[in-house]
Amino acid sequence: MNESLLRELVPAVLGVLVRRGADFAAAEDAVQEAVIRALQSWPADPPRDPKAWLVTTAWHKFLDAARSETSRHGRELAVEFEPPTGPVPDTDDSLWLYFLCAHPALSPGSAVALTLRAVGGLTTRQIATAYLVPEATMAQRISRAKRQLSGQPLDRPGDPATVLRVLYLVFNEGYGGDVDLAAEAIRLTRQLATATDDPEVAGLLALMLLHHARRASRTGPGGRLVPLAEQDRTRWDTDLIAEGVTILQTALARDRLGEYQTQAAIAALHADAPTAAETDWVQIVEWYDELLHLTGSPVVRLNRAVAVGEADGPQAGLAALSSVDPGLPRYTAVRAHLLERAGDLEVAADLYAEAAHAATSTPERDHLTREAARIRQLLRS
Amino acid sequence: MAKYLLLKHYRGAPASVNDVTMDQWTPAELAAHVQYMEDFAARLEGTGEYVDSQALSPQGTFVRSDGAGRPPVTDGPFAETKDLIAGWMVIDVETYERALEVAAELSEAPGAGGKPVREWLELRPFLTATPTVTE
Repeated sequence: MNESLLRELVPAVLGVLVRRGADFAAAEDAVQEAVIRALQSWPADPPRDPKAWLVTTAWHKFLDAARSETSRHGRELAVEFEPPTGPVPDTDDSLWLYFLCAHPALSPGSAVALTLRAVGGLTTRQIATAYLVPEATMAQRISRAKRQLSGQPLDRPGDPATVLRVLYLVFNEGYGGDVDLAAEAIRLTRQLATATDDPEVAGLLALMLLHHARRASRTGPGGRLVPLAEQDRTRWDTDLIAEGVTILQTALARDRLGEYQTQAAIAALHADAPTAAETDWVQIVEWYDELLHLTGSPVVRLNRAVAVGEADGPQAGLAALSSVDPGLPRYTAVRAHLLERAGDLEVAADLYAEAAHAATSTPERDHLTREAARIRQLLRS
Repeated sequence: MAKYLLLKHYRGAPASVNDVTMDQWTPAELAAHVQYMEDFAARLEGTGEYVDSQALSPQGTFVRSDGAGRPPVTDGPFAETKDLIAGWMVIDVETYERALEVAAELSEAPGAGGKPVREWLELRPFLTATPTVTE
């Protein structure tokens, strides 16, 4: 059975139900039930028209629910919900759903979960395994998100920047269980890119493709983190890089620069270098200046200091770092790296150990501990 | 089968036999240590005795209720309590003796100089629901 086709149909089917007058939360439940039914029955009995099958089944599920809720008022009421029979209109509602799921009333976490279900068509179980939480927990989170949406005006488009942020969050969740969220985010962003002409959507898609292309080289045996400079570049997916670069160039040509296009440009410069030593750090610093101008983000300021350190030497990097908030995650690690290159090994080792203590993930902690260990070994020999 | 929690301490436990902080090890020693832990977990999975394990950040916060409003928060373990948990592993084994054996094996992970760390692990049995009593 073609499970990805099923997933692609979900937003359209959901859109049909909502347009027929079902409220979003009830429609979403009904579509989920129809999806589960499809997963059970399609392998043995494939429908002629999958979309029509899903619309019909979901609509029946919705009516069942509506009937049971209104049974005290009599079944006749529910019958009035019956739609006129006829072909299903083929408007694409995905875009509208993207905006709905990125509604400002939702926390980022809820927005991600709801997007994966309503737009991505993943089942609650799949989302739960991807997040390593029990299915019941995820089901609760999703229904809470839907409750928060009830009563909110759903007709006005949300902020496109929020939609992009949600998709980027999905991408960065990586993968666990049987669903690769990075691949899923790419699929959804592709879908969005065909439906809008915003160069930032293209920029985000390019950014994801360029990151994804380097994924295999980013971890070593046992989940060990491999820094960019040490990655085996022969393992980078050149087809994905080429595609990302082409998409980015088309977007940049439209002269409406935004943060995702800028980040993608930086990723493209890394992907373009045949060896770490040949990286065009000078141009990367220019893009970081642009990105800082666009976002004013302290994290960008920190990353920029790393780039300056590569382009103009560790002293320049340390000077750039002096304007960065020392409370930022990774600040200590960056300072350790720059001091090591400046030759101050003793302090660098101490700072790496301190950074390891503050790390937020096991691979990051282990990586930083190894860096401290490496320098101490140098000092001993 | 009974479940046990194995607690690894950052501090609070008696010092290890081979007591050298990790950032003083060589990269090769670190790699050997991580490999040992992975093989150990895989072996327990093989025998059906592994439940779960997690590493914890050393940064913690104490919180308590203070009636209505925002709960008061204080920075990580109080100075006078020196206990700090680095991570835990839950095992599900036949006997207490087997739990001791498993804990000892985990404590044997290699450390500085390739010699076993021999750290103290805290072993805590899970409390279970009241068994059905037939009168």
